[in-house]
Amino acid sequence: MTEALIQKIIDSSVVDGPGNRSAIFFQGCNFNCTYCHNPETIPMKSPTATSMTLKEVLAVIQSNIPFIQGITTSGGECTLQKEFLRALFRETKKLGLTNFMDTNGSVPFTAMEELLALTDGVMLDVKAADNSEHIKLTGASNETVLQNLDFLASRGKLYEIRTVLVENAFDNLGTIRQVSEILKPYFGTGKIRYKLIRVRSKGVRTPYRKLRPPSEEMIVNLRDILLKAGFSEVVVV
Amino acid sequence: MVYTEGVIDVKIYRNHQETVADVTQIIQDASLTYEQQTLALAKLAENQLPLPVGEDEEILELFEKGIICDLDEGHGPYAPRYILPDYEKFFAQGSQFLRLEPPKNLLEAIQTLQIFYHHVPSITRFPVYLGRIDKLLDPFITDREEAREQIKWFLIHLDRTINDSFSHANVGPEETVAGTIIIDLIGELQNVTPNLTILYDKEKTSEAFALSCVTSSLVCANPAFASDRRFRDDFGDDYGIASCYNGLPTGGGAFTLSRLRLNRIVDEAASREDFFASHLPRAVDALLRFMESKIKFLAEETPFFTSNFLVKEGFVDLDRFVGLFGLVGMDEAVDNLMKKEGRNLSYGIDREANELALDILDFIQERVGGFTSGYGKVWGNHFLLHSQVGAAGDEGTTPGMRIAIDKDMPLYDHLRQAAQVHPYFPSGIGDHFPFDYTAKENPQAVLDIFKGGFESGMRYISAYSEDGDIIRVTGYLVKKSDLEKFNQGEQISYDTIQYAKEPLEKHGILNRKVVGVND
Ligand code: SF4
Repeated sequence: MTEALIQKIIDSSVVDGPGNRSAIFFQGCNFNCTYCHNPETIPMKSPTATSMTLKEVLAVIQSNIPFIQGITTSGGECTLQKEFLRALFRETKKLGLTNFMDTNGSVPFTAMEELLALTDGVMLDVKAADNSEHIKLTGASNETVLQNLDFLASRGKLYEIRTVLVENAFDNLGTIRQVSEILKPYFGTGKIRYKLIRVRSKGVRTPYRKLRPPSEEMIVNLRDILLKAGFSEVVVV
Repeated sequence: MVYTEGVIDVKIYRNHQETVADVTQIIQDASLTYEQQTLALAKLAENQLPLPVGEDEEILELFEKGIICDLDEGHGPYAPRYILPDYEKFFAQGSQFLRLEPPKNLLEAIQTLQIFYHHVPSITRFPVYLGRIDKLLDPFITDREEAREQIKWFLIHLDRTINDSFSHANVGPEETVAGTIIIDLIGELQNVTPNLTILYDKEKTSEAFALSCVTSSLVCANPAFASDRRFRDDFGDDYGIASCYNGLPTGGGAFTLSRLRLNRIVDEAASREDFFASHLPRAVDALLRFMESKIKFLAEETPFFTSNFLVKEGFVDLDRFVGLFGLVGMDEAVDNLMKKEGRNLSYGIDREANELALDILDFIQERVGGFTSGYGKVWGNHFLLHSQVGAAGDEGTTPGMRIAIDKDMPLYDHLRQAAQVHPYFPSGIGDHFPFDYTAKENPQAVLDIFKGGFESGMRYISAYSEDGDIIRVTGYLVKKSDLEKFNQGEQISYDTIQYAKEPLEKHGILNRKVVGVND
């Protein structure tokens, strides 16, 4: 597959992985998170998305060199277009760039070995550790997500975990505890960051706009727990 | 400087009453500190003299039209505008005039420097170059904690006694203990003086030190980044960044800086041909003549280069001074030339407009390069081009080669465009980019952008945080809170605040496109 459906490409992103990166937002997601702030990227087809060839995407990326250290693929869910991703990462490697991806972890990485070899780091969303909570939030099970969490860490490819913090609706504490538990064997082997994201209403679909982040006190508490558990850095946004 | 209004930057006193009126105004101005009044009075006295160029009708006409501007340097320059003393030599041999021995420990090094700074003249009266302060102090550091305390008070002393933020200190390229302490302290101190630049070379500067410099700049707009490699290519090892962002030979400096407002030249021209064939060469030649007369006056009719201790003890050398040929208003010049051809092409944005700018620069470079000065051996007896940061009375004239602020330029295009013009200006050009809070979490991103800028050909770049109190205004630092106070009529210890007023309030610096989160 040499074409992909792209929602947008951001030439300079300072919030999608290490350093300055170009971020490519793929169209289409297999989750349907209530708090999704890019809901327009969820449908597999969208009038605002553009079908782009590998060459076209590369041309945009190339025009951003030498200001970027790499690219980050995001979405929607970028791994749903994994063939394209693999072809893209192969080319960007040749350009001396690093490849990061931001994923909801729904596609098993065990079946994407070649892609993973071309990937420098993964930002993995762990939305909820409790499966029924996860289903309620996203409409899908988290079984693969948690398997990916372990697998990526074991391969040294887990750059960052991301969890959106919502007051009362989810057991944020339970999630970070369980993630810490799963990653316990790997803290000694490399750095793993944790990004806690305060839920925000901007872009979120109307029925869910009332979601609020937990208190600052709670957030500080979560942060401390994560640092104690062994994460190299905890970022709160 | 305070009294420069409108476009006529040169004031010729014609009678006693005019002088009395200005003296009275200065001594009654409540917003000036005592020191600022003294300096203004001294300038006024100097300006009773005729201009060194004499009654040159053409030059006066160009002054009146706002084409030539001497930045209120004064009619009788009696010290060079920018002096970059050889501080290493001073540390090695001490000074007879100042009765100082070479320092033996950190305390002596700091005290010795402070005394020396006091005796370095400049256009603002304050030293515009404080040296590579990390390298100067580092050899004396024995105890890190003690050094931190002493350097802290050194920095406070500089800020409170050098009342002008055109004063510049350098650090790097190598990481040193002193450099680390300085960078660590400046965020905490939130001072506007000195202006600080790291001479950056990705081969020599550690990533960690570079990152801490970026982090600091997002807290206090200091330091800026200079491409060490590029400046070395131009000047060799012995150079420094002084005043706003001016690369100059150390052990020397700049005699004078005058400038052309390119946009005002275009205003006079009927067409592109008319501009290149008649108006531009005429203005360039007039400014060359004007500058040469000033330098000659300074070198031959004042005692500076024969009797000042800096010269006598070899801390500066006449041959290592140059004339700075300044340019501003490229943006408006290009856009207006395009308009005269009925084309709506815009500097910065359109390729053809940018090419026209390069044509203008090529023309000026050749013409200025074709003029042989009696002075400035270090640069082959030629003047250096300088992209000047702007001054009072510049409304409607964008500083130097910058792209007008209201043009919404994508970041990389902006950097690439800057990279095209930076090579023309060894003696100074710089671009400053505001970043939002997200960059503070990711200083690496800012460093990546800087590296890309240098790789593309830029020589000087800096970042500041849009939500910080200290911001970089074209080429110097001010506190937004001080501007508020100044506007209320309060006295502010540093004079640069008055220059910041216009760029901040009228030219919309606070509304610049910010780099950061994208959605
Ligand atoms: S996984 Fe991400 S893109 Fe998909 S619905 Fe959830 S928040 Fe939106």
